[in-house]
Amino acid sequence: MMTSTILFWIFAILGIAGGIGLVFNRNPIYAALSLVLNFFSIAGLYLSLSAEFLAAIQILVYAGAIMVLFLFVIMLLNLQEEPDVQKFDAKRGVAFLLGLGFVAEMIFVLKDFAQKDVSGEFTYGKVEAIGEQLMTQYLFPFEMISVILISALIGAIVVARKYKHT
Amino acid sequence: MTYLYSLIIVLPLLGALIIGLGGLMSAGFRKNEGLIGLLGTAAVGIPFLVILYAFFSYPGDAQIYEIFPWMEAGKLKINFSYQHDELSLLMGMIVTGVGMLIHMYSIGYMKGDEGFYKYFTYLNLFIFSMNNLILGDNMVVMFLGWEGVGLCSYLLIGFWYKDMPKANAAQKAFVANRIGDFAMLIAMFMMYKSMASVSEFVNLSFVDIIDHAHHGGFGDNTFWIALLVFIAATGKSAQIPLFVWLPDAMAGPTPVSALIHAATMVTSGIYLIARLHPIFEASPEVLSIIVVVAALTAVIAAFTAIAQNDIKKVLAYSTVSQLGFMFMALGAGAYVTAIFHVMTHAFFKACLFLGSGSVIHAMEHMHTVEDPQDVRTMGGLRKYMPATGNTFWISTLAISGIIPLSGFFSKDEILSSLFFYGEGFDLYKVIWFVALITAAVTAFYMTRVTMLTFEGSERFPDAKKPHESPAIMTIPLWILAGLAVVGGFLGLPIFLGDLLGMGEGINWIGHGWLEHIIHSENAHAIHEHAHENVLIEYGLVGLSMLVAIMAVFLTRNFYRKHGLAGDEKVRNFFGGFYKVMQGKFYFDEFYQRTIIGPFNWLGENVIKWAEENIVDGAVKAISEGVKNIGDVFKQLQSGLVSNYLLIVSLGVLAMLTYLIFG
Amino acid sequence: MEFLEPNAYTYLAIAVVMFALGAVGVMIRRNGIVVFMCIELMLNAVNLSLIAFSKMHAVSGAFEEGVGPNPGANGSMLVFFVMCVAAAEAVVGLSIIIALFRNRLDIDINNVNIFKW
Repeated sequence: MMTSTILFWIFAILGIAGGIGLVFNRNPIYAALSLVLNFFSIAGLYLSLSAEFLAAIQILVYAGAIMVLFLFVIMLLNLQEEPDVQKFDAKRGVAFLLGLGFVAEMIFVLKDFAQKDVSGEFTYGKVEAIGEQLMTQYLFPFEMISVILISALIGAIVVARKYKHT
Repeated sequence: MTYLYSLIIVLPLLGALIIGLGGLMSAGFRKNEGLIGLLGTAAVGIPFLVILYAFFSYPGDAQIYEIFPWMEAGKLKINFSYQHDELSLLMGMIVTGVGMLIHMYSIGYMKGDEGFYKYFTYLNLFIFSMNNLILGDNMVVMFLGWEGVGLCSYLLIGFWYKDMPKANAAQKAFVANRIGDFAMLIAMFMMYKSMASVSEFVNLSFVDIIDHAHHGGFGDNTFWIALLVFIAATGKSAQIPLFVWLPDAMAGPTPVSALIHAATMVTSGIYLIARLHPIFEASPEVLSIIVVVAALTAVIAAFTAIAQNDIKKVLAYSTVSQLGFMFMALGAGAYVTAIFHVMTHAFFKACLFLGSGSVIHAMEHMHTVEDPQDVRTMGGLRKYMPATGNTFWISTLAISGIIPLSGFFSKDEILSSLFFYGEGFDLYKVIWFVALITAAVTAFYMTRVTMLTFEGSERFPDAKKPHESPAIMTIPLWILAGLAVVGGFLGLPIFLGDLLGMGEGINWIGHGWLEHIIHSENAHAIHEHAHENVLIEYGLVGLSMLVAIMAVFLTRNFYRKHGLAGDEKVRNFFGGFYKVMQGKFYFDEFYQRTIIGPFNWLGENVIKWAEENIVDGAVKAISEGVKNIGDVFKQLQSGLVSNYLLIVSLGVLAMLTYLIFG
Repeated sequence: MEFLEPNAYTYLAIAVVMFALGAVGVMIRRNGIVVFMCIELMLNAVNLSLIAFSKMHAVSGAFEEGVGPNPGANGSMLVFFVMCVAAAEAVVGLSIIIALFRNRLDIDINNVNIFKW
């Protein structure tokens, strides 16, 4: 058994564990930390798929920036644990059933992909390749991203600003 | 040319729009009666000049001006197109010419009325509709005008709608007209059905219909089509059984009565039958029905007119009676004569109505009489209003048939048509006799109302004196009176032509003009008979001259001697019958009992129950049901994002399942 | 142990499981921030599947030889843009949550139902 296979399974199990931790932790801080675990695992999976640049970005942007933002907000709002739901909640049951059904059906639908090989080394995920793509074929969407970011910035300020009550 | 001729149609519509919208939007415009009157009159006067031009430059065969294709459905292809021919141009001249004079008169008559702009809007709209009616080249455009004049008639009868009886009169006119219009629609459907079975496209144009009729294409339907068209005409042209609306229509302003309910709209039935005469030629049964109905209408209306004291009511019944004369001519197949009488009648009856309007105007301005239309409070008015009095007298003599005024020639032609229709003694001879009696009665009641109004002692309070109307009202009176004098010379009798060596050419309207468009076997036969029995014809002419002159002369002397007390003597003469005459032969009461009453009963009892329980019940059940279902399903709209996602996931899952197993 | 070798199916299955976890989280959690994080989880699951497809379609050596873009790069680009948008979305979403908290002192989304009938 190769090292990469072992690493893949570790990341896969950690990623799903992170997801479960996110969904089932009643304390939002723990949930956020589980999500960080999940993001790191996904970054590992990216590496195994030879997407090095995106793996780095995943850690920098998601695990680093976005999750820190989330944690800031959680602490800023000083949130308590969610109260436990005592009685049986039909909605929960239906949600689980739907989730399970979705997984079962998707796994059934996707079974043909078992023949597709994703091993080997490729260069499409290197910084140079991404950079060249961004500056050539995807130049316009790349520029549009700046517009989206600036509008998100302004929007966030407008929404979260404290209005003086007049 | 088409552009010039389009003015005939467009200008009255434009006038109506400008005056109507301008009046609605600008108070200043509304106040400016001079401008409104000028615009309204010009919107009719210019079309009149254009029609005159078209008339004098008429190339000799019918001109069809296609404006645009109107509707297409299956075999039906209706064009919006107009036809200029001898008949439509003649009618157009009458309508716009008389219309222009009446517009002019109205400027004086309606002065100071708060609805002045509204009045001219309706009047222009009426002229527009009437022009569509007579110039339209197919049944559908004609019907557009037919409905349009009905609408304008409704609007103008109910012009002073704040007065409940006047509003009711408008409604009555509308309903009676609707009955006729319904018959017209069925006639049009039958025409379409019959024509669609033989040709690829049906445009219902008069040319095609006449062609179809000439080839006997209508077959067994001829009788029904002719009858239905006649029923439609009884509605619009006020014949038994639908004439009851016309006397009530006098609720409108008097110039309206002159224009719509005497000179133009009510003659559209006669125009239509003359236009479609080949259908009627092919069904002599309908001609007999027409002549009988017309004679009954004429005689009943004439006798009713004797016992009326309202000056406008007398004229209204006189109009019904004269329309009866026109229909009698149609019934004898003398379509040209009917149109001739339409023309002369338009002149003298418009003049009479305008004269009565002038009188009413004067009486109203005295503010001392209770009912300004009651002849019993008038008398001796000619001294104060000479122009009105003199023109009224001229028109009275014309309608009575005094030679050589216009009424004599047209009425005499009708009488001789009736007499010479058949060979031996038949229905038409009886009708002729009835018509002769009616002519005498006409002379009687017209002379009576003129004497009571303009001659004899003054029965109104002495304090104030009535005064003559302004020139803008008297000028149209004089023009119409002049036309009433000379109008008859357009259709001089043919025997006179024979005497003078001019032959048939002396009768310009029939043989110089309308013969190109109206070919009637019946009229031909009538002329043949008359020509063969020329001595009898001389006798008939002498007789009708004598009857008219005697009637007018005797009546004049009678009322000069007795004054208002003459009515007493007339009442004694007729005995119990006078009450029937005064009660208008109880037509209204008859309809109230037989039709309106039962319908009201039905509505109040049966239909009301059905309405409350079945119709309303169903509606309520539906609305309640929808509300209940909504109450159940609105629970879905919980406002919670998680629930929505739940449902979305359910949908995704269902779609996936379908993709896998479906 | 051959069956443990990861192939495209394995990656996609992991992505599906993560996605389903995220969806269930959105449905059952009531804390607004946690719901929001669950959405991020779903986004990441989708990104993972995109990268898996990317590698599936990649051609070896295309970049070095200068024969045009590698077909595998398209998926990566898509993921890149998704990340950017997700960053923007996180900023706006969190500011909405702050505004919500400021108005209601509570971010339980089951209490936010003003769009109810």
